[in-house]
Amino acid sequence: MASKPTFSQEISNLMYASHGNPTKTCIQCGTCAGTCPVVEFMDETPRRLIGMINANLKEQVLAANTYWFCASCYHCTVRCPAKIDIADVMYTLKRYSIWNKTYSEDWVGPTFSETFVKTIVRSGRSYEPILAPTYMFNMGAKDFVQEAFTATKMMLKGRIPVLPPRIKRLHNFREMIRRIIPIGDAS
Amino acid sequence: MKKYAFFPGCSLEKMAFSYNQSSVETTKKFDIELQELDDWNCCGATTYFYVDQLLAYTLVARNLAIAEKEGLDFVAPCSACYKNAYFANAYIKEDPDLKEHINYALEQDDLQFEGNLKVHHIINIFANEIGAEEIKSKVTNPLEGLRVAPYYGCQIVRPRKNGEEIENPQFFEEIISAMGAEPVDFADRLRCCGGSLIMTSRPAALDMVRILLKNAIDSGADMIATACPLCQVNLECYQTQVNEEFGTDYSMPVLYFTQILGLALGIPRKRLGIGKELVSAAPIFSQLMSKEAK
Repeated sequence: MASKPTFSQEISNLMYASHGNPTKTCIQCGTCAGTCPVVEFMDETPRRLIGMINANLKEQVLAANTYWFCASCYHCTVRCPAKIDIADVMYTLKRYSIWNKTYSEDWVGPTFSETFVKTIVRSGRSYEPILAPTYMFNMGAKDFVQEAFTATKMMLKGRIPVLPPRIKRLHNFREMIRRIIPIGDAS
Repeated sequence: MKKYAFFPGCSLEKMAFSYNQSSVETTKKFDIELQELDDWNCCGATTYFYVDQLLAYTLVARNLAIAEKEGLDFVAPCSACYKNAYFANAYIKEDPDLKEHINYALEQDDLQFEGNLKVHHIINIFANEIGAEEIKSKVTNPLEGLRVAPYYGCQIVRPRKNGEEIENPQFFEEIISAMGAEPVDFADRLRCCGGSLIMTSRPAALDMVRILLKNAIDSGADMIATACPLCQVNLECYQTQVNEEFGTDYSMPVLYFTQILGLALGIPRKRLGIGKELVSAAPIFSQLMSKEAK
């Protein structure tokens, strides 16, 4: 019977195009955790998360909010003495969790990203008002009001687009995307 | 006159239109024309890469291919657009397999990308192509006494592009000095503003913004200069929310470096989009003028 790859092998495979070293070269020094500006808000520090990947703790890794809280600032990546592209590890986990639908319903990141990509596929350009509902309805009442207030102030300064922008050669653009990923006609 | 293909990116259409205006106006003073890329598409920010890598590179490559067709080098004012364009360009050049996949898709829009162009951030145009000396020579209104916090943020410097200094860069400070203003010692200048976490993980992002604002104020800055639309929005438009959340009373103007530079070059405020801020810089500018009058 064919054997299955371990979780850490799956992650290394997904990172075949990464320009850093594989996670197994991690020396657990903690430079990433010490550098990360979001670490306080993460369930597990980047150092621990990489240790957990290497120990094949798949469920615990995917259940941690760490990778969806990564802001991709690349500070860990440029400082890692083992030259692991840690931000790219976080990207990889994001993709893994979207493809396998393993993410927690409490996280806004996955829905936001999918809506963003759908918007681009549909029109070629980003449009803030379509993205807002993906995160605003996840907010408490107070935050919602604050956010609506900020948006209103920006609108009054002419900083929010009224109509969704769209590229000219949209048909070609969508045919181009179809050669990369399957997209329906309706989207 | 030197011409570049200018990729404004989605934010610069409305939210950061003042960055678009001020980039065009300031480069003009140095005989540089920023020609907007025809029919450009969104670069994907960070989000395409969360979903599919090949799709992400293809969408970036379409913009690069349009610029290449025009025979022009590529300039992006947004740090995320710049990072995406820079690495897509580099990776396609070094990976024939990736190039083949992408060109197969680009064919559908009558485009091919060979990798014969350079990708710049607008701040690199000022720092490297024009240079501080040349900037200085064109300054008609030196901003003497103005203390500016140079906010690099992340993706202009990280990941490292080509062996350049990333832990202690100085090019932003040099540009500010060339304007006649004083760059303050801003310790957190390379720290992340939270980026898209402002939408997906708000408490984390607001705290990150708070730390930056506090550090800029502690360093004695009159204003923060940015080179990225997302940094600008996070630091400026979310100040009220930071104040409500943390009981602070920050009121720190955050302008694009091109807007501040434009003033030093004698370009009227309106043509630099000054006046669209939520935290007005007007009191600081009038203070500056009255100092000059004395």
